[in-house]
Amino acid sequence: MGQARERREPSRMTTDHRWYDLFSRGARDWLRHNEKVRETVRNRLGDLIAGTDVLSRPSDRTVRVPVRFLEHYRFRLRQEDEETGAGQGAAQPGDVYRKPRPGERESGEDGDQSDEGGSGSGELRFVLELKVDDIVDWIWEELELPDLKPKVTDALTDEDLVQEGWDRRGPRARLDRRRTLREAIKRRAAQPEGPPFHDEDLRFRQVSRRKRPATSAVVAFVLDASASMDERRRKLAKAFFFWATQGLRRQYGNLETVFIAHTNEAWEFTEEEFFQVSATGGTISSTAFRLARDVFQERYNPSRYNVYLFYASDGQNFGDDQSTADALLCELGSFANFIGFVETPQNPFESGKSEMGRLFRSLRARSYPVGSYTVHRDSDIWEAIRAFFRRQAAVAEE
Amino acid sequence: MSSNKLSEYTARFEELADQHGLSFYPVEFEVVPKTFMMEVAVYGLPVRMPHWSFGVRYIYQYVQHRMGGSKIFEVVFPGNPNRAYLIDANSLAENTLVTAHVIGHADFSRNNELFGRMQSQVGYRIVEQAAERAHRIEAAIERHGRRRVEAVLDAALSLEQHIDIDRGLARKRYPEVVEQKERPKRKGFGGRYDQLPGEGRDEEQDVERGDRGRTRRAPIPPHPEYDLLWFTAQYGPELEEWERDIFLGVREESFYFYPVFACQIMNEGWASYWHARLLREADFLAEDVYLDAAKAHSDVVRPYGGSGSVSLSINPYYVGFVLWEHIVEGRGLDAALQIRAEEDDFGFVRNYLDDELAERLELFTYRRTRHRLGEERYLIEERDMNRLRETILSPKFHYGAPRVYVSELAADGSLTLRHDYETDGRGLDEERSTRVLEYIERVWRRPVRLITADEDGDEEVLSSEGEASGQTQLDTPPGSAAASGRS
Repeated sequence: MGQARERREPSRMTTDHRWYDLFSRGARDWLRHNEKVRETVRNRLGDLIAGTDVLSRPSDRTVRVPVRFLEHYRFRLRQEDEETGAGQGAAQPGDVYRKPRPGERESGEDGDQSDEGGSGSGELRFVLELKVDDIVDWIWEELELPDLKPKVTDALTDEDLVQEGWDRRGPRARLDRRRTLREAIKRRAAQPEGPPFHDEDLRFRQVSRRKRPATSAVVAFVLDASASMDERRRKLAKAFFFWATQGLRRQYGNLETVFIAHTNEAWEFTEEEFFQVSATGGTISSTAFRLARDVFQERYNPSRYNVYLFYASDGQNFGDDQSTADALLCELGSFANFIGFVETPQNPFESGKSEMGRLFRSLRARSYPVGSYTVHRDSDIWEAIRAFFRRQAAVAEE
Repeated sequence: MSSNKLSEYTARFEELADQHGLSFYPVEFEVVPKTFMMEVAVYGLPVRMPHWSFGVRYIYQYVQHRMGGSKIFEVVFPGNPNRAYLIDANSLAENTLVTAHVIGHADFSRNNELFGRMQSQVGYRIVEQAAERAHRIEAAIERHGRRRVEAVLDAALSLEQHIDIDRGLARKRYPEVVEQKERPKRKGFGGRYDQLPGEGRDEEQDVERGDRGRTRRAPIPPHPEYDLLWFTAQYGPELEEWERDIFLGVREESFYFYPVFACQIMNEGWASYWHARLLREADFLAEDVYLDAAKAHSDVVRPYGGSGSVSLSINPYYVGFVLWEHIVEGRGLDAALQIRAEEDDFGFVRNYLDDELAERLELFTYRRTRHRLGEERYLIEERDMNRLRETILSPKFHYGAPRVYVSELAADGSLTLRHDYETDGRGLDEERSTRVLEYIERVWRRPVRLITADEDGDEEVLSSEGEASGQTQLDTPPGSAAASGRS
């Protein structure tokens, strides 16, 4: 025994937990990690918009994005196809063990400690929940858009009763007790001998009718539900509709939506049903435009609502229907703020040359407030949304 | 769990350990909740600087824990005093085992040469030092903003393993100038050649170099510099004091952790050997405590997966334990005490892991190959002792990191790193290395490049320039994101 016994302080045992339960550094740094993930996601807004599968769940205005953990990078050797390692157990030379695919751990294998931060097998993923409003904020910042204001015109007005000052005469219902009392106190301060209340003290609220710009809007989404609009096209339309709505929602305090689908007939649907609809039959777009016009006229008085309409289709329409469609669109265009055509073409190189594409071009040439967007791939949605938002901002700036 | 009982057992264990010739600094045991223990394991220290990467490790640990995949028994920080943490939810028997285990660690860290060397440099109160540093870093965040501090931590922590323990913790800057070797006077024809007009320009140049012809500016670094943290702290152009402090702080913690890393098999084996032995000799233990503790021992000290199954990694507790048992049996306790003082894992495995033990431990090497769809195959090889030892040790070289050194600091402040790919046998992972260069460049504030080898073994220059800095975390094959919302 080499060392002589020395005096050593006795070891101590404490069980006092102090602050340990109050604060988790791990959780704090985890939250910071998530913040960074959000930033990364934000930098890839385009993918986010395009990848968004819009479901209709009321009151749940969030988007869920599956993400990988961020890796804190280090210098590492390149992974080779063939590597050696050491193990332990009853294995014989020549035995072969398999690990089927990444993510499935061989039983009995311990977690590889160098695997932290995780690119290897057993990788964890998580779902990030983003508020739709936040995403729209990001889009706004990304596009450097100004705050949108509702388009103010004389035609678009709501009437409000606005309180404006006081009067000594008026209906009893408008008596302002507080004011009246104040007047009485003032008077008695000047002439202490006077009666507690006097007719002269009475004050009545004065109201007047004022016009204010309408901040309500209605947007109609019209979908070509014929067989040529397959699942993928419908999804593209849906993503565009979704984000366009978010943009409009920023602009108008009150935004209402109408959903219309058509083949050679048109029907109004609830939002839930709308995107599930598929039908067979021809394509007569005018049926939908007529229905939209009727809905607007019956339920959304154009003098009180800003009116928007988006039409998504692959561009085909019955030749015989073209002039009817044109007439109806002109009628809609005369009171709508904007009509957008979202084309999901059968052939991307032919976009704009389709029946509907030509029709919208001609409307545009006649100075109707219309615009066309070609959406063929997911990534086009971002472009289309940008173009629409930019237009909105430009109109608002005028 | 009764902590009075545990205190009593601990004192008795320490007496026993003294009798066997173990010597150690006192231990401050603290019985803590599981959640806190998990954080200690994640951060490596009870209170450490904040960084998002710890958050990722924390979640991994948390999930693994929730799935019942891992059980932490103890964490101990060598020092004077040692600090050890036990879990309040573990049974008395388990914690009894753990205190005995901790005594083994305490003896090892006090007497092992490498531990001693690092501790004398770093100091004996790392827990307090790290906590204090964490507070300084929090203060820096207050003052300079999270983003800036995080950029420094991104760089410093990613270079955590890149220190040079042989040159030590406290180092001087390189000499600014070196002696100019005087060129021996040439004789004969050579001498006459020097006298030709225009050939005597040596002197002229020497004047330019400053010091009357005897010295010149030394190149930086004068030799390949493997301590990247030190070099950045010392020579980073425009590095502010608080940034330097972070680099040196991370470096100090790395020096502290190095022996734990480099002696893992020995140290864990030694602690396991002693907990087993102290437990065996502890006639003061209640019967049930002894039996339960013995069971806990056999759960930890065994090849992974239990007997009869095959594991593709080795359990350092088990391998170390069997080696130490064998050494004490064959060479006596005094020899064992000497070995624990002198070796690290490299010497330990090379000198004491012999054929017979490898057979008993059922150690093997395998060759892993990748196939389609990510399937991996592991082919078990014939046992070759040299190959086996080196395979066990290979992840331990250079702190487990590729050998990257500073090769040149140019006059314009740009930095050239080199990867010693010949020693490492292959080049670096390009994507990751480029990201690391980005981290460094953000604090270096000048271009940084790195020379390594490509897949064919030809030299390749990596730099952070021109790389899109957007990360690829969105796990979105476009179209797979789910959204919900009401229009």
